[in-house]
Amino acid sequence: MTIKQLSVFLENKTGRINEVTKILSRHGINMQAFSMAETADFGILRLIVSDVDKAVEVLRGEDFAVMLTDVVYMHCPNEAGALAGILDRLAQGEVAIEYMYAFAEGDMAHIVVRPTHIEQCEKALA
Amino acid sequence: MIWNPNKECMSRDEMHALQSKRLQKLVTYVYHNVPFYRNKMQAMDLSPEDIRSIDDIVKLPFTTKQDLRDNYPYGLQAAPASEIVRVHASSGTTGNPTIVGYTRKDLAVWSEVMARCLTAYGVTREDTFSVAYGYGLFTGGLGAHYGVENLGATVIPTSTGNTEKHIRLIRDLKVSGIACTPSYALYLAETLEKMGLTKEDIGLRIGAFGAEPWTENMRKEIEERLGLKGYNIYGLSEIMGPGVSYECSEQNGSHICEDHFYPEIINPETLEQLPRGQQGELVFTTLTKEGMPLLRYRTKDLCTLMEGECACGRTAVRMGRIVGRSDDMLIIRGINVFPSQVESVILEMKEFEPQYMLVVDRVGNLDTLQVQVEVRRDFFSDDIGRMLAMKKQLADRLKSVLSISADVKLMEPGSIERAQGKGKHVIDNRILK
Repeated sequence: MTIKQLSVFLENKTGRINEVTKILSRHGINMQAFSMAETADFGILRLIVSDVDKAVEVLRGEDFAVMLTDVVYMHCPNEAGALAGILDRLAQGEVAIEYMYAFAEGDMAHIVVRPTHIEQCEKALA
Repeated sequence: MIWNPNKECMSRDEMHALQSKRLQKLVTYVYHNVPFYRNKMQAMDLSPEDIRSIDDIVKLPFTTKQDLRDNYPYGLQAAPASEIVRVHASSGTTGNPTIVGYTRKDLAVWSEVMARCLTAYGVTREDTFSVAYGYGLFTGGLGAHYGVENLGATVIPTSTGNTEKHIRLIRDLKVSGIACTPSYALYLAETLEKMGLTKEDIGLRIGAFGAEPWTENMRKEIEERLGLKGYNIYGLSEIMGPGVSYECSEQNGSHICEDHFYPEIINPETLEQLPRGQQGELVFTTLTKEGMPLLRYRTKDLCTLMEGECACGRTAVRMGRIVGRSDDMLIIRGINVFPSQVESVILEMKEFEPQYMLVVDRVGNLDTLQVQVEVRRDFFSDDIGRMLAMKKQLADRLKSVLSISADVKLMEPGSIERAQGKGKHVIDNRILK
């Protein structure tokens, strides 16, 4: 399903991620997943949070550059070949992936995909 | 409108005659009252009688900032202490501060030239005008203040600091004009937006911006965000303070009050006077000053002088924008770099905030230049490729303007320190302190 991901622009500076997490914690917003894309001087922190609208509001209030991005969330059994099966379907549907992140926990694996075209991706998975 | 058409629109011949007469008087005055100048002139075998017209000015010695420091505090003062009614001082971050004493007549000339500026910007007695230059030893605040009073408009002596309160005053008192540094004008615009107000909520019409070099692009940016028309004002405390020159409605250079401040352009290396139209260091002689008159004071500001009648009707010579200061100029890998060049490139790109910092360093034997810029919130993208393309585009443009490559560092919005007074745009780590 398509969900909203929070993207935060960060300078590469010690303690900067910590400031984001502290602000979210102060407002009782839970982080469910995150990934960090980095270059030499800046990074983009990508987050899936419990209350995305509130997260945008509080981070903007603290002068962070924040935006929302549509991503596709899915889950599969935590077993060999499960992800390969999903990626096969995406490849057959000619879905281009910009980035993705995933993690496994117990019997379940969670995957967040940023495809170039959301609708095409949804169709391939349907 | 023209405040003093007799002087501002004088024919060139009349101006030449007036300047010649005033220079002769000035040289006689300093020769007899300032040992520093008498000694210099005697060493050059020069007496006041050798100065017969303004064209003889090239025979006279120069004065530098160092001369003012060496003669701290009152060594270059010509008037007796009993005649001095006010003192201003420069910051003195790099040595003794520069002390400038004004006589009552000096202050009258100052408020006269300031009234000329404000009139050229379209300020009238009906206006309410906020002076947001620092009040105190710095000449900006009090200089502009008495000009507004002389003109007969209402002055709000805001000074700097407490920007939100300032914006509320601008709105509630229907302030139509403001004098401040261009950096502060941008900070004002930012604060306005943060307060959730728009330029329509305040009624600013005229901005008098100066005390630091700025560019055409910065003017557009300020005008757009504050909804006013921005004019350049130029001055320096050693010569008088703000009001030495000002833009008219044509905005094709700034008219110099040359009946009081005689301008020359020199080659900063050979010290030769350059013909009008050539770029070099601006030099002023204070033709009518009593407190601390200066002969051929080297401003370190680089610009050109333009002659020819202006469509506004004024005949006074115009100075082009200050392209930099000879001491602001960075030499990086042997190439001259001015922060103003970087500024104009950044302001051409809508992706960036008009805030930047140049960090110069030396790695091994190689100078490095890093340009830090803030990405505008609206242009932040989740797509790293797009962010890197933005960075590369700026780096490419910088390279074509500066002729050296700069490493661009994208910063978070709001992370570069905002200036309340003069903006600081360079960190040079090559200088060992």
